[in-house]
Amino acid sequence: MNNFSYIQADKAKEATTAKRDDKSAAFIAGGTTLLDLMKLNVENHDQLIDVNMLPFRGIEMTKNGLRIGALERMSDVGEHPLVVQNFPAVSQSLLLAASAQLRNMASIGGNVLQRTRCGYFRDTAFPCNKREPGTGCPAIEGDNRNLAILGTSDACIATSYPGDLSVALVALDAVLTLENAKGKQREVPITKFYLLPGSTPQKETVLEDDELIVAVTIPQTAAAQKSMYLKVRERTSYAYALASAAVGLEVQGGVIRAAKVALGGVGAQPWRSPEAEKMLVGKAPSEAVFRAAAEAALRGAKPREHNAFKVEMAQNTLVRALSEVAA
Amino acid sequence: MSAPTTPAPLNPDGSRRTFMKQAGGFLGLALAPPFISQAERLTALSKKVEGVSTISLKVNGAVRAIRAEPRVTLLDALREYLDLTGSKKGCDHGQCGACTVLVDGKRVNSCLTLAVMTQGKEITTIEGLAKGEELHPMQAAFLKHDGFQCGYCTPGQIMSAVACVQEGHAGSADEVREWMSGNLCRCSAYPNITAAILEAKTQMG
Ligand SMILES: Cc1cc2nc3c(=O)[nH]c(=O)nc-3n(C[C@H](O)[C@H](O)[C@H](O)COP(=O)(O)OP(=O)(O)OC[C@H]3O[C@@H](n4cnc5c(N)ncnc54)[C@H](O)[C@@H]3O)c2cc1C
Ligand code: SF4
Ligand code: FES
Ligand code: FES
Repeated sequence: MNNFSYIQADKAKEATTAKRDDKSAAFIAGGTTLLDLMKLNVENHDQLIDVNMLPFRGIEMTKNGLRIGALERMSDVGEHPLVVQNFPAVSQSLLLAASAQLRNMASIGGNVLQRTRCGYFRDTAFPCNKREPGTGCPAIEGDNRNLAILGTSDACIATSYPGDLSVALVALDAVLTLENAKGKQREVPITKFYLLPGSTPQKETVLEDDELIVAVTIPQTAAAQKSMYLKVRERTSYAYALASAAVGLEVQGGVIRAAKVALGGVGAQPWRSPEAEKMLVGKAPSEAVFRAAAEAALRGAKPREHNAFKVEMAQNTLVRALSEVAA
Repeated sequence: MSAPTTPAPLNPDGSRRTFMKQAGGFLGLALAPPFISQAERLTALSKKVEGVSTISLKVNGAVRAIRAEPRVTLLDALREYLDLTGSKKGCDHGQCGACTVLVDGKRVNSCLTLAVMTQGKEITTIEGLAKGEELHPMQAAFLKHDGFQCGYCTPGQIMSAVACVQEGHAGSADEVREWMSGNLCRCSAYPNITAAILEAKTQMG
């Protein structure tokens, strides 16, 4: 790992201005994405700004929903009673992720900003449009088993966000609070936070250089209350998703009134599926209805040589998740 | 084979390790200020750290100072600077758990932790578990159940297991398997590791 200078920021402004004034600086929270990538020379920063002293803490119910400070740790959030009781999909997405050690270290803000596990991206011996724009994408003709089938482009087919939490957050319409070096805050729905690769796969989110994630707020709804996160992977534990589904249903009088559906492991970004939701709302829950929704969700899929299995796997994952929450 | 007990058994293959341990101990003593009560927050003076600086770490109850760059991980600080070689480097990327230590009572991967960021926190390593000659119940249970073959993953397994029990995540074999999944064992001693944890749990009070 190349050397860097380290500062500990006491105030948000100190962190954001330091970042604004040094294009090569990075914030560090848990460090589990950042240091991993710096050791691989995939990322190089001459300054790390430690944000752990900032007051972006707390897990509390507000009038807009559950507000979680960006520096709260995955383990604490995943096991928090308010999260477990009101947002099961969020709790499950956290507790099925990574390992107990990593969950103790990793922050919510850092999780949302974790980066792809595409093997070419992580190995500087290969070209990669995301790591070095314009050099090409070896994954398209190479090993693409773990990569995306929805929302990809000719420039990049990575699951840019390979994790779990944001899949649940995207399904449940969470909102991120961001703050810049002027001290100005803005709210961005997480469904608008991630960018599809297009011709600029290096630009992954709408976060500006000088912006921090302060908190994430999840609206409290009936569908969130009846939600779940189902993760399918190579082994039972401690692996990224091959396919996952975050779903929430509000069923009244035998009819689905509201449906929230997002997929993980298959999209270039956490994949909300309005197509699937449209097939669900107004119908009586049944396996046939869920199957139709799953087919709608994967209709635009563009599988590659090694990941064609993901189409059926994602559909089955979605059907199973919907059946379980409807039961 | 020697289990990671404390005090370390004499090295059968010569005295290099022993010499290094003594030298490290001596050096550590020479550098450590008598007592540092460092709050988690760094002082204004050391808020920005550039190049080699003094980093004070409270490891197994004793404050020790090293001179190191900010890029030095907690794992390297323990192994290369403090000669606490119990914590192992398997992958160096958060994937195997061999480097697991406790920071303020919580298990973390020391390979993805910067030493400079753990100042003012309580660090516990495998060397800090035993009370003198008396093994920690988890260490004793690993011995009794043969919870290892080569032993490389064992210090990380034991640290993780202690935390797993303290967190209340060792209720059943299935729960232990899930909550210990961050510790890989290349020798696949998993059934014995699980048995050791379930037994130690009953003795950890
Ligand atoms: C072996 C391994 C397995 C894993 N498995 C999974 C898994 O199964 N599922 C899953 O979801 N994740 C998984 N992860 C990813 C893990 O969840 C992330 O690494 C972690 O959540 C990142 O959080 P952090 O606080 O450590 O981030 P850091 O590494 O500190 O930061 C990550 C990025 O976010 C930026 N950042 C951090 N905080 C803020 C903030 N408040 N505002 C603005 N920018 C910020 C940093 O500058 C950096 O660019 C795994 C990681 C490893 C190493
Ligand atoms: S899929 Fe994206 S991240 Fe992977 S090599 Fe291609 S451009 Fe790079
Ligand atoms: S050495 Fe730290 S997890 Fe492998
Ligand atoms: S005992 Fe050999 S790696 Fe676990």
